[in-house]
Amino acid sequence: MSSLDRLGHDDTFPKLLVRNARTMPDKVALREKEFGIWQSFTWRDYHDHVRDFSLGLVALGLKPGENVAIIGENRPEWVMSEIAAQACGAASVGLYQDSNLADVAFVIDHCDASVVVAEDQEQVDKILDLLEKLPKVRWVVFTDPRGLRKYQHEKLISFTDVEARGRALDTEQPGLWDANVARGKVSDLAIISYTSGTTGFPKGAMLSFSNLLGMAMNLHAVDEKRPGDEFVSFLPLAWIGEQMMSLSSALAIGFTVNFPEETETTAENIREIGPHVMFAPPRFWESMTSTVQVKIMDTTPFKRFMFNLCMPIGRKVADLRFEKKPIPFRLRVLYRLAYWGLFRALRDRLGFTYIRSASTGGAALGPDVFGFFHAMGVRLKQIYGQTEISGISCIHRDEDIQSHTVGIPIPETEVRISADGEILSRSPSVFMGYYKNPEATAKTVVDGWLHSGDAGYLAPDGQLVVIDRLKDVMKLADGTQFSPQFIENRLKFSPYVKEAVVIGHHRPFLTAMLCIDMGVVGKWAEKNRISYTTYTDLSSKPQVYDLLQREVDLVNEKLPDAARIAKFVLLYKELDADDEELTRTRKVRRGFVEERYAEVISALYGEAPEVAIDTTIKFQDGKTTRIRTTLLVRKLSMGKVA
Amino acid sequence: MLDVRGIILHFRGVAALSDVSFKVRPRAIHAIIGPNGAGKTSLLNCISGVYRPQHGSIHFDGQDISRLSPSARTKLGIARTFQNIALFKGMSVLDNLLIGRHVHQKTGVLGGGIYWGFGQREEIEHRALVEDIIDFLEIQHIRKKVVGTLAYGLQKRVELARALALAPRLLLLDEPMAGMNAEEKEDMARFVVETAEERGTTILMIEHDMGVVMDLSSQVTVLNFGEKIADGPPEEVQGSAAVQEAYLGEPSELSA
Repeated sequence: MSSLDRLGHDDTFPKLLVRNARTMPDKVALREKEFGIWQSFTWRDYHDHVRDFSLGLVALGLKPGENVAIIGENRPEWVMSEIAAQACGAASVGLYQDSNLADVAFVIDHCDASVVVAEDQEQVDKILDLLEKLPKVRWVVFTDPRGLRKYQHEKLISFTDVEARGRALDTEQPGLWDANVARGKVSDLAIISYTSGTTGFPKGAMLSFSNLLGMAMNLHAVDEKRPGDEFVSFLPLAWIGEQMMSLSSALAIGFTVNFPEETETTAENIREIGPHVMFAPPRFWESMTSTVQVKIMDTTPFKRFMFNLCMPIGRKVADLRFEKKPIPFRLRVLYRLAYWGLFRALRDRLGFTYIRSASTGGAALGPDVFGFFHAMGVRLKQIYGQTEISGISCIHRDEDIQSHTVGIPIPETEVRISADGEILSRSPSVFMGYYKNPEATAKTVVDGWLHSGDAGYLAPDGQLVVIDRLKDVMKLADGTQFSPQFIENRLKFSPYVKEAVVIGHHRPFLTAMLCIDMGVVGKWAEKNRISYTTYTDLSSKPQVYDLLQREVDLVNEKLPDAARIAKFVLLYKELDADDEELTRTRKVRRGFVEERYAEVISALYGEAPEVAIDTTIKFQDGKTTRIRTTLLVRKLSMGKVA
Repeated sequence: MLDVRGIILHFRGVAALSDVSFKVRPRAIHAIIGPNGAGKTSLLNCISGVYRPQHGSIHFDGQDISRLSPSARTKLGIARTFQNIALFKGMSVLDNLLIGRHVHQKTGVLGGGIYWGFGQREEIEHRALVEDIIDFLEIQHIRKKVVGTLAYGLQKRVELARALALAPRLLLLDEPMAGMNAEEKEDMARFVVETAEERGTTILMIEHDMGVVMDLSSQVTVLNFGEKIADGPPEEVQGSAAVQEAYLGEPSELSA
């Protein structure tokens, strides 16, 4: 029995909404903070708005098989518009509210949207400006009338006006809504989710109700959510992750979705709600961690003392749990005390008092940040997946969480690694194909297996480890694959490492050039009474080399034997965007750096224990200075030197 | 809406304003410009009631308000912001705005002290009005922040909010964009326009940024050494020889 069967005949979003409005009409479905107060919508309100808006769309002439584009911040009207469109037999297409005009125009035109629902003046202006290039758009619906009072345009109409038309149609044809809902099939196209291609135009992944709800139920089976749970929706609803939580899961399970007042108030609003379920990308967890650390530095000495006393206890317990080792009695008692002394208050501050399910996905999260949340008892899990598999294929299980893996497949999902090292997955939630792009579909799904374009491997215990995008993976001279970015990221998780460049493409072994973090290493040096003058001087100290060697060793331990760092140097200057060594978004420009530091690299692959450097660097104000120094090359025991 | 007739204001022997007359039409954005020391702020002070002009009269909606106290004028629907921010720095944004509502408070010490009943109902009404302004000016995220800790541009916005909390029909703004960066100016300009368009408030503002004045205002009055030298739509004023002279020097120098 597939997990989808547990929903019975209520197998589309509109049907689930009708079911929830019938079974729990007075429970809160949506909440939005407005005018400083949380305004609630019960399931009955939610249903009535969707019915009115949906019939209004029918009155405007929306036909089954057409599409509705939605652009705006996370608001109740956003999700209502989506379900209303689906009840008309139309698919919903979410747009990112911060996309540029060219992308907006491309997506609206490519998806053949006949109705666009735009939140406010900002979005309406965008659409109206583009309207000449969008002949297929018949109506532009806005939800927030502010600033739009004076607009006169024959295609422009307000959300409430559409609802009024819907109510009129409902009195005219009373059975129409029920008939429309009943007509929906589980195999119908529900949403088209456009993914930002790194090259070329975005591609629209078509997902059916069976894709979306199947995924929601399979995820639910291993990461339980309950009716009445609270969830805060603050990531773009156009993104599959937010669709999975705020729509498919919320409708299938019946939990409450809360919309923050403004983007700026999100953290505050999360605390007010105290959600049971959270899903956010790494940058959210990272910024939360650093906020706490900064605030602790500024707080009263007593609070700082408590933090520094309790945090290591929490970390120790978290580490033992990661390693699946028993926690000694003494530590259990200490952890209890630490809970009352620190973690309880800290969790309250962050809004995590009731948290039961917390997950992160989309990119790598540092073990330090990961451990921070586990220390306070928030069992953060990694997830992995693509839009094309309705969001998720793998997640950590409660009892088996490791910071460097992304867990094991959810039910009804298979994951394997192709001969090229690519992660392939197969499940009932694999998408229907790209909209109007069968060539791309054929390339992505081969014999039912979804090709992710990610390189990865399965650890001995069956957990999936994601390395990098396949196209960024490099090969050693003997053919061993490695991902420089994967290793660099792990090196950069160390507070002492500011930048890292891993080299080894078509070379016998891996080496690394590291830039120390002047602030952190400088503090460390002061504490250990090591005197230094400049960055160049500090990074040539043998003690600093010893410090960094320990960090590199730690990273090496987690790497496969064949792809460990064999030697490293500490560069005499920081990599700098002004020197064209980094892009403006602080990504290493690999080719340029390898050319510029050719001398250093040849020393890394030579036998000499050091290399003499004589170079000039240019400062921001145009001045130049000459640097003459000797760079040590540190050899590591763990790496293989062929 | 506002009719200023023959205002003469002097401080002992120094003439600040000599015979200034002009009218502000309902729902207009009316700008007062002029070089430093031209008497712009003095004029605003006369309208809000801080200064009493020696001669002339000021009519608001047909009523002569020349003899009224500043607080009486506020009750009639005139609110203002100041060149230098005048907020309670130690209080939260919300409290500052609620103070703006104080003039409209009907509950007395007794009713307010007992709170339940009329006092509570009135409190909720005021809070709802203030929340509407918070939403309008997009300052939800600083609702409970202490004003003194906010950035300058935000404090300016809070001051505008405080003035709006008085529910004025005529809003006097004294250099609302002074000391702001380009982005903050853009925001402020948007809020000024929306205040006029959405809330129907008439705006009389002093502003130095010519770009802002020309873009926003429907009417411009130019002062120089206490005298009105031009009055009219921005394009007209911009072309006036007297204005160019006041700002740039002799016209002959300009053409030379």
